[in-house]
Order: sequence, then C-alpha cells, then structure tokens
Amino acid sequence: MVDLITNFLTADIRTATPLILAALGLVFSERAGIVNIGTEGVMLTGALLGCVGSSIWDSSFAGALLAIAGGAVLGFIFAFFTVSLRSNQIVVGAAFNIFAGGFTITLNRLLLNGEKVVGFSNYPIPILSKIPILGDVFFNWSIPVYLTFIAVPLCWFVLLKTNIGLKVRAVGENPKACDTVGINVFRTRYGAIIFSGMMAGLAGSFVSMGQLSSFTEGMVAGKGFMAMAVCVFGNYSPISVMLAGLLFGAADALKYRLLTTSIGGYYQFLNMLPYLITIIALCAFAKRTNKPAGSGIAYRKE
Amino acid sequence: MQKKILKSLNSLTFPLLSIIVALMLGALIMMAMGYDVGKAYTSLLNGAFGSKNSIGETLIQVTPLIFTALSYAIALRCGLINLGAEGQLYIGAICGSMVGAHISGLPTILHILLILIAGFLGGALWGLIVGILKIRFGASELITTIMLNYIALELVSYCVTNAPFKDMTKGAAPRMTSVIDAVKLPTILSGSRLHAGFILALLGVLIYHIFMWKTTRGYEMRVIGLNPNAGRYSGMNIKSNGLLSIFIAGGFAGLGGVIQIIGLTYFLTEGFAANMGFSGVAVALLGGCHPLGMIASAILFGALNAGGVKMQLLAGVPSASIYMIQGMIILFAVSRELFKWFSGKGRSLLPKKANKTSGGVANG
Repeated sequence: MVDLITNFLTADIRTATPLILAALGLVFSERAGIVNIGTEGVMLTGALLGCVGSSIWDSSFAGALLAIAGGAVLGFIFAFFTVSLRSNQIVVGAAFNIFAGGFTITLNRLLLNGEKVVGFSNYPIPILSKIPILGDVFFNWSIPVYLTFIAVPLCWFVLLKTNIGLKVRAVGENPKACDTVGINVFRTRYGAIIFSGMMAGLAGSFVSMGQLSSFTEGMVAGKGFMAMAVCVFGNYSPISVMLAGLLFGAADALKYRLLTTSIGGYYQFLNMLPYLITIIALCAFAKRTNKPAGSGIAYRKE
Repeated sequence: MQKKILKSLNSLTFPLLSIIVALMLGALIMMAMGYDVGKAYTSLLNGAFGSKNSIGETLIQVTPLIFTALSYAIALRCGLINLGAEGQLYIGAICGSMVGAHISGLPTILHILLILIAGFLGGALWGLIVGILKIRFGASELITTIMLNYIALELVSYCVTNAPFKDMTKGAAPRMTSVIDAVKLPTILSGSRLHAGFILALLGVLIYHIFMWKTTRGYEMRVIGLNPNAGRYSGMNIKSNGLLSIFIAGGFAGLGGVIQIIGLTYFLTEGFAANMGFSGVAVALLGGCHPLGMIASAILFGALNAGGVKMQLLAGVPSASIYMIQGMIILFAVSRELFKWFSGKGRSLLPKKANKTSGGVANG
C-alpha cells in the first residue's frame, strides 16, 4: 500500500513537472495579453536541444541551458512577429508548431538518431530525503523538479506583488493606458513572451531527459497544449496552475494504475479527463476569468 | 475589368513573396545542415509533378487539405476561429466508416451519399459543441477546439482497438473495419491512385463560393465576421449564424475525413490524417480564404507533402523538413508588415490602419 502511494505520487509529480513549468511561463505571456499556442513547438524544440546539448557536452545541465536558450530565441522571434509586426498570434503559434515538427525531426536524424544521452540525475536532499514516504516522494528529485516547485511561489510573488508583475498584468488589460503612463508595452510583452519561451524550453528538456534520456520524434505529443489547458484551468495564476498541473498529473498516474484492472480497456476515456475538465472549467469560470481584456490583440502605438 | 485583374495580381504579391522567401530560407537551413539543396529541390519538384503518378499523389494530398481549409475559412468568415478541424475530421471519418462498413445491399450511389452525410453530420455535430459552449457559456473556441481535438484522438484510439468498431480480422493491426468494396471511390487518373474525392473537394469549394457570396445567409455571416455590431444593428441573429457556420465548418472537415477513407485508405487507423487540421489552417490563410486562393495554396502544400517523400528517397533529406518550409510560408504570409519593415518604409507605415489580412480576432 505504501509503495502504491509513493509510486502514484512520484508518477504524478513527474508528469506534472513539465506541464507546470510551461504553464508558469504561459501565465506571464497570457497575462500580458499574448495568446501563445506555439508552446507545443517550443517544448518540442527544447526536448531536442536538451538532448543535443547533453550529447555534445556530456552534461544534462548544459543540455537544459541549451534548451532554455533555444526557447528564448524562439520566444524572441514569436515576440518580433506578434508584437512588433502585429501578426495574428494564433497563426504565428500554429506556424511555430508546424515548423518545429519539421525542424526537430530533421535535426534529430542528423545529430542524434535516438542516441542515449546523459539525463537529469536525482539529488536526494540530505536528511529530508530520509523521512519515510515523504522523503522519497518530495525530496529525491532532479534539479528541474525542485526548480519547478520553487518557481511556483516565486512566480506568484513576481506576478502579484512586484512592479514587474503589475506591468505585465496592466499591459494585458489595457495597453493604451499603460502607454499613457509611460510603461513600455512592447518591452513588457517581449519580456513576458521570452520568459514563456525559456520555461517551455526547460519543460521540453525535462520531457526528453527527465526519465528517459533520449529524443524520439514528436515526443511532446500534445503536452504543450496540455500546458495551455493547465494555464486556463489554473485561471492564469501560479498557485492554481501548480494545483491544476498536479491534478492532470494525477489523472495520468491513475490511468497507469487502472490499466491492469478491469476498466483498463477504457483507458482512452481516462485520457480524455484533463481535456474534459478544462472545457468544463472554461465554461464555469468564463465570467470570472483572469484572462486579460486585451488578450490576443496586438497593440499599435498611436 | 482591367482594374480587377490588376487588383487580384496585386493581392498575389505577398503570398508569392512569402513562398519565395520561405523556400530560400529553407534552402539555407538545409545547406547549413550539409544537404545538397539543388538535388533536394529538384527531387521535390519531380516527386510532386514529375509524372502522372506523382501528380496523382499531389492531388491526393490536396483533397483533405481543401476540406480542412474550407472548414477554417467558413468559421473565420463568421468571426470564429476553428482550430478543431482535425477532431471534426476524425469524428466524421468514424461515423462515415461505420456506415460504409456495416451496411450493405444498398445501391452504390445511395450508399456513398449516406456515408458522406454521416461524415458531414459527425464533423458538424462535433463542431456544434464548440458553438454551443461559446454561446451558452462564453467558452473561448480557441481552447475548446484544441481540447476537442485531443478528445477525438482518444475516441479514434478507442475505436481502432475495441469492438464493435475494430477490425476483427485475425492479426490485423489496430484499425476500424474496412468499408465494403462497392463504396470505394473510383480512380480518376489512370496510372495513379487519384480518386474521385478530389472532384468532391473542388465541388466543396464551389459550394463554399456559392453559399458565401450568393446567398443571404452567407452575406449575413460575412457581415457578422467583419463587424458583429453592424450585423446586430441590422437585425441579424449573431448566435444562430455563428452556430450554423461552425456546424457547416465541422461538416466540411468531417467530409474530408470520410472521403479520405472511402477514396484512399478504406479503413481508419490512428493518425491516418495526421497534421491535416493545422495544415488546413495554413492553407486557408495563405489562400486568403478565397476559393481559388485556397485551391492554389492547397496544391502548393500538397505538392510539398508529396514531393517530400521523393526528396527523402533521392536526396536523403528527411521528408519532415518540408514542414519547416510550410511553417515559414505561413509565418511570412500573415506578416505583411515584415516586407514593409525591410523595404525601409516600415516606420512611416505604422500609424496607418491595420491590415485585416487574417481577419481573426482572438476574442474570448
């Protein structure tokens, strides 16, 4: 029984980590008024670059850095097109996903071909990891997992308690008013998008190097869209996003538990749960949403 | 007349420019990766148009793309962003293949018609869910369409592995029961696999044109898409028009799915139409949601898809690399400002009125 619980919680956290990471980034770009469906593509690129970096320098840390850098570059390009050129955000996002699908496969065939690389290794926290049950579940993880759960309160603090967060939120609600009082709308949106790209890149590298340690083509398989769902279900706020991510992770972990039971044959319907929950949440909270008023609309300086 | 021709030529400038720039950037990336670009592009062209067979393969790719593009375009004309063509296509295909596999003894024409209706209705009802959620609860169609895509994918995965949908033949890979021989669409180009579904796709474009520009409903939808308030003040029903447009949009996507089944694959497998949803978005936008424009851009995307296979075979460049080119084409096609930026007029043009190139307003 104890084993069952630890396994379940461990699986939950492992699945939730990339979702929460990417969704935290999305919280910032969405709050700044940017609809970013390109996260899927950025995560896929991050998954590939993580392995490439790890393969070149024999270090998962270097891989993660390369993935984050790649995410930042993609974020910058996304921002250039959607903020400076005011192209339709949804279309640019879709284009990113199509591009990343091709780019990662091409580069994978050239450089990796399923090569095993150094994955993230676990660093048990001294003393704490010795606590029965809790120690194994919470204090025996790789760096990105610790980072994720440190990032949650940090993002909450930055978004709701600091000047930067205020700017991000204001820019999403009413860019014109921000411009009038001297907040640089373009720079704030660029920053939010680039941050979101970096988080998606890191999330992607965890997908390829968190448990497995190789890249397979198309391996992100909708996790980017799932992160969007986490962000929406978490009502665009960091703490709820973490809870939403853990809930989706739990649904996934539950599925693996149930696969061996009599209802295992219906696992596809369990797979649907996160998407159904998101739709229901979307309907229930549409009126009380934290989604900014200026969402999806490019700002044009007069 | 001359003015009209000049105007349409002018509207071709940006799409053509984006295609050229994307192909050049694609060449640069391939070169950087150490591939022989000349060989890659010649084999790509050869694979897309080099023989009767390859032209057939290209048009086979074009067929579902036209339907998913129509799906996006119809909804967009009424101001809705339908990213759910993929899911609608799959649901249509499930419904259609059930009718095609488990009914027999009907006259062929009637049976095919029934299959098409089942496909249309399947996709249409899947689309209608989006419309109802939007109108009743205010749920953004951006998210609901994407979520419904994944739900549809899971349904497909269930159908190909479970009775009564699954093909029970011993040793068969996971797939749905094959449609009966009588309803398989005939080939229309000898020496190729091109099936009559292509003609149905062209017919679909014609219907789109007639509906949008020759009927009152179509007119109302276009007005609402351009300016909902104008529509409301002139007494148009925003809700019913929105519902109808997403219903038809889903139906077209469903038709694309079912025609792929009875024309080409004959049975439904997981991923039998992978990427067709978002590629359809790209085709619709590159073609400006214009009937002829969409056919032209579907041919371009279909040619890239079909030619990519040959490119991989002859030049060793992974066929997936054409997705890079497709991604860039669509990126540049919606970014007219980019060319103005680089032509040095960027700054002075900024205060002008926004280009309504893509029309989409991401309202929620």
